[in-house]
Amino acid sequence: MRKTLLAAAAAFLLAGSISIGISTSAWAADKLKVGFIYLGPVGDLGWTYQHELARQAVVKDFGDKVETTYLENVPEGPDAERAIEQLVRAGNKLIFTTSFGYMDPTLKVAKKYPDVHFEHCSGYKRDTNMATYSSRWYQGRYIQGQIAAKMSKSGVLGYIGSFPIPEVVSGINATMLGAQSINPNIKVKIIWANSWFDPGKEADSAKALLDQGADVIMQHTDSPAAMQVASERGKVAFGQDSEMIKFGPKSQLTSIMDTWAPYYIARVKAQLDGTWKSEDTWGGLETKMFEMAPYTNMPDDVKKMAEDTQAAITAGKLQPFKCPVMDQDGKEVECKGGDHLADPQVLGMNFYVKGIDDKMPGK
Amino acid sequence: MELAEAIILSVLAASTPLLIAATGELVTERSGVLNLGVEGMMIVGAACGFGGAWLSGSIFIGALCGVVAGTLLSLIFAMMTLGLAVNQVASGLALTILGIGLSGLIGAGFVGERITPAPHLHIPGLTELPLVGRILFGEDAFVYFSLALVVGVWLFLYRTRAGLILRACGDNHISAHALGYPVLRIRMYAVMFGGACAGLAGAYLPLAYTPFFIPGMTAGRGWIALALTVFASWRPGRLVIGAYLFGAVTILQLHAQGAGIGIPSQFMSSLPYLATIIVLVALSRARTGGSTAPAALGTVFVPDR
Repeated sequence: MRKTLLAAAAAFLLAGSISIGISTSAWAADKLKVGFIYLGPVGDLGWTYQHELARQAVVKDFGDKVETTYLENVPEGPDAERAIEQLVRAGNKLIFTTSFGYMDPTLKVAKKYPDVHFEHCSGYKRDTNMATYSSRWYQGRYIQGQIAAKMSKSGVLGYIGSFPIPEVVSGINATMLGAQSINPNIKVKIIWANSWFDPGKEADSAKALLDQGADVIMQHTDSPAAMQVASERGKVAFGQDSEMIKFGPKSQLTSIMDTWAPYYIARVKAQLDGTWKSEDTWGGLETKMFEMAPYTNMPDDVKKMAEDTQAAITAGKLQPFKCPVMDQDGKEVECKGGDHLADPQVLGMNFYVKGIDDKMPGK
Repeated sequence: MELAEAIILSVLAASTPLLIAATGELVTERSGVLNLGVEGMMIVGAACGFGGAWLSGSIFIGALCGVVAGTLLSLIFAMMTLGLAVNQVASGLALTILGIGLSGLIGAGFVGERITPAPHLHIPGLTELPLVGRILFGEDAFVYFSLALVVGVWLFLYRTRAGLILRACGDNHISAHALGYPVLRIRMYAVMFGGACAGLAGAYLPLAYTPFFIPGMTAGRGWIALALTVFASWRPGRLVIGAYLFGAVTILQLHAQGAGIGIPSQFMSSLPYLATIIVLVALSRARTGGSTAPAALGTVFVPDR
């Protein structure tokens, strides 16, 4: 009896922590209903917050032609399936699932409801009614690497990773390649928080990196905790996902800011026009899928360099993963994309480039 | 040496919220009530604590707001489990859900704001001492308070008559009732104390640890505090060891990663939990006799009239 009660209570706990927000209140049959699944709370000031801004942009752009709903705090994995299906049953015809871990649940629901269109962020599985979209964040990381190498006095960068998945690994590699283009002997210390969001742990990681001699902090986790620690210690850092300058007015160098709004608006428009197709969109600086926050707290020459690099990447003149790319053991990585690594090689990146003096977890 | 000092400072900061919340829960459980809502009370304490400090500009008022918020929330729990004799496990879990939702609502107004964190003690001459100076004389008030709290609770439980009565309620509420002690009232005070501590522990996070509020920022620390009371076999002294051990393993694994020691980070992240299990097994193996849990823990008491 006790056990079943506990199990029931646990199930209730899971269900209860997902909260629902309905933004546009009028209910009409001719409106397009668009649903969003969020990983964190909309107020996380990072990843989910940026998706929420884009949703608001959709509402603003289409007014009463659309009706949007979001579910926040949806855990990744099988639980997400229920949440997505809930949106389908509520009549949503276009559903954005905004985290890597929703990939399989989205695919499963997509197979079940062929007349509903799905958009999955940062995954690689598609179907006729399931499109994918993501950002070439590694372009921004390359610029950050160059800035970091210029700004570091100790020659040691501190990097807080979330999970060793290709997106994060390619970010570390791009950072190092950028940094090595300035200082070939640059070192990086990597700490995996094994969490996307745990402000306390992110702060502890930043402290550990600084205590071990790193003097520039970079993060691939979602809260501004690391930025705040850098600010407290008078060191510099890069923000993540959104503008974090408020937490380090004298510390933030720049930040990779996700700007999903143009894409979301384009896809909703396609749905309204009946031209929606399943596609794989991988945009970067050139399509403004993300933007760099203003370059601050750095000398003018560093700023100039960052702007030049950004312009070169935007124009397609500079490829962060330009061949030859050497792996950790000094072996050349096969070059499948002409003069640079092919997209699938970046999307599935599971090796460190030469110069990273660390072992990847699980390898 | 400097690195060792930095590590110890981080460990103390990471352990303090766990210690405060677990101390409160220990008293609650010693009176026979299992309150699984620590996480919920903590996050509401964090939201109210930050809100109070942000509006008033005072860390002290912030901490006070956290304490009051945690206490109020625990009163809801007391009303359900003591007044209405509802199942404690279910009520505790419900309290956590309520707390997470409530904190988002309360905190929505000041997400993205920041405050000046709690000041650290500075005694000229002493704080500058090499190695031990900053560790002993350079902490924020919460760290000293948490240790005083444990000593106070220990004195109360084992050296006062009231503490003895409270433990009696937790071990056998029928006997305590038969002796004429107001079991339900005593338990209510214990639940309120637990709530106050959880609220303060939650408030510590935005007031001293990471000086901003974000929904969900307790990130499971309430559950760890619950595990710590079991780890400590309901004894205040062991709680201190447990909390600092837990903090130490958490921080050291980060440093081990930064130093490039080639152990998978996933394994190192699980070390604190592994350590808890190992110590738990070792403790129960070493002891003769049965469980040390308060005998009436988690059971509902309805006084006969």
